[in-house]
Amino acid sequence: MPSDSALRIVWIYPDLLSTYGDQGNVLILEQRARKRGIPVETVYVRSADPVPDSGDIYLIGGGEDRPQILAAERLRRDGGLHRAIDRGASMLAVCAGYQIMGTVFGGEEGQPVEGIGLLDIQSSRGPARAVGELAAEVDTGLGGHVLTGFENHMGVTRLGPGVRPLSRTIVGIGNGDGTEGCHAGKIVGTYLHGPALARNPWLADVFLGWATGPLTPIDDAWYDRLRDERLKAVLPR
Amino acid sequence: MTQLPLRAQLASALGRTAATLSRVTGRGDGSVIGGRVGLILEPDLLRKLAADRKLVLVSATNGKTTTTRLITSELQELGEVATNAFGANMPAGHVSALASNKQAPFGVLEVDEKYLPEVLETTQAGVVCLMNLSRDQMDRAGEIWLLAQKWRRALAGKDIHVVANCDDPLVTWGAMTASTVTWVSCGQPWKEDSWCCPECGGPLDRKGDDWACRECHFRRPEPTWFLDDDAVIDPRRQRWVLDLRLPGRANRANAAIALAVAEVFGLPVERALPRLREVTSVAGRYTMVERDGRSLRLLLAKNPAGWLEAFEVSDPSLPIVLSVNAQGPDGRDTSWLWDVDFRILSGRPVYVTGERRLDLALRLDVAGVPFQLCETFDAAVAQQRPGRVDVIANYTAFQQIRAEFGRAV
Ligand SMILES: [Zn+2]
Repeated sequence: MPSDSALRIVWIYPDLLSTYGDQGNVLILEQRARKRGIPVETVYVRSADPVPDSGDIYLIGGGEDRPQILAAERLRRDGGLHRAIDRGASMLAVCAGYQIMGTVFGGEEGQPVEGIGLLDIQSSRGPARAVGELAAEVDTGLGGHVLTGFENHMGVTRLGPGVRPLSRTIVGIGNGDGTEGCHAGKIVGTYLHGPALARNPWLADVFLGWATGPLTPIDDAWYDRLRDERLKAVLPR
Repeated sequence: MTQLPLRAQLASALGRTAATLSRVTGRGDGSVIGGRVGLILEPDLLRKLAADRKLVLVSATNGKTTTTRLITSELQELGEVATNAFGANMPAGHVSALASNKQAPFGVLEVDEKYLPEVLETTQAGVVCLMNLSRDQMDRAGEIWLLAQKWRRALAGKDIHVVANCDDPLVTWGAMTASTVTWVSCGQPWKEDSWCCPECGGPLDRKGDDWACRECHFRRPEPTWFLDDDAVIDPRRQRWVLDLRLPGRANRANAAIALAVAEVFGLPVERALPRLREVTSVAGRYTMVERDGRSLRLLLAKNPAGWLEAFEVSDPSLPIVLSVNAQGPDGRDTSWLWDVDFRILSGRPVYVTGERRLDLALRLDVAGVPFQLCETFDAAVAQQRPGRVDVIANYTAFQQIRAEFGRAV
């Protein structure tokens, strides 16, 4: 059983949705918490197992079409994630995981598939694959940083009135309408691999701050060097 | 061999000229550019060049080039073999390979996983060798469940003998529609892409190499060949110590499946195995190169499963240089670095270089592995004391290092 003082990170369905370095987001949250002396307990929840509702931060990653549909079905049937969010837990949902947070997304033949309804978004299959570096200006409500990462998806996502865009794209496709990702309450969705938190340590700290309160600064030298290099490589001069 | 029609002859001759030009101008091995010129002139060229030969197609995420080389070496026991030895594994490369050796009665072709259905259809190859499927550079390689699904459709209803690794559930699923399958137990160290059943999505239960779906009938077929540590057990339960000159578990797995392919051609283990032992280096991989008293062993690793195998080959008592790029052939997304468990390198001197060394630096920092960042490969080598050093690089980083040694390796 988790002790009461530890930060509880729950990684949902690594056996279905962890196609591209999604584990990195987990490792980065762990590192940045431990560096601040915050003890961490991480649970990897396989798709055959129930999702615990006692976590602080939930993560879900990217994957192929069929595993995405399976993950959506299981999460809906399970209910644990919904209970956790109702309790006030936070969630980072990436790529395929981002799409299934909505009310509907596109299946392998483009057919509409029912999402789990935690975000007011609707996704469908776009005309072409969006592949490449992305840079975007983040919503001032989340600190107004520059978002950096790598996108690789065929989705087009329409944001409803219940969510705000995470960012406005400078380079890249994102949701397909000049925005990338979205947020509502303590749920953040994004198309970005990178992984997203390796490229955006400020976002990792948003989640840690929600869970534990104000954070002490830590040495971000390697994060900053990588961010600077990537942003220099992609931002228009 | 039948005579090629005039237009096809012309196309393949022009292709050869372009290949020669590419080689003399130093732009590459020449194997792809020659094939491209040939294909433009004669789309049917591959079909014609493939006709009347006994062909093996070799495909997998990892080990294609080496296994192609091993099978080629074996079949040379039976006669001349045409092969794409330089890893040019798309149809243009196949045209080059077959055109450069028109008399050869055998062909062994390394085939990119995505192109397998197309190349199978065009060449009507009789034997297909399938080893493993795992996450690769996804911005270009595509999705592996989808890939396995395409293999199933391509193999169904044809007279093809497949030799496949039954320890990999996705390969098994992709191969099982073929009319004849020889199942080989080659192991599967990287399991992160096969925790779920490709048939129904249920959880796969695993015990050792064995696996079975908890929710449907899909389970590991009974193998007739086994890799057993340093040896191969054949269908008659005879145990053959491999004693290869290529290092590592992955190459023993490649050899096991190559021996099963040889038997499909009527070549017994006692004749095939000595041929496998003659192979020492494949396209520069596993070779030792010397520089100023340092002996560098070059290991190629292109994806998480490949890095796992490279760590296994690597000598934990030695310093190690890691070089990572993210050009087109590498995949431009470096996220895969987070799927590799680098903690195994703790305690070794680690040197980090390559065009995406900062991605790797952060990855190692988060893993808690101390390292030294080096601007160039030369700078990393200059840090080394005389003696042996291991080098692991991904695709274009590896080619850059090879080029520095003048492709002598
Ligand atoms: Zn099943």
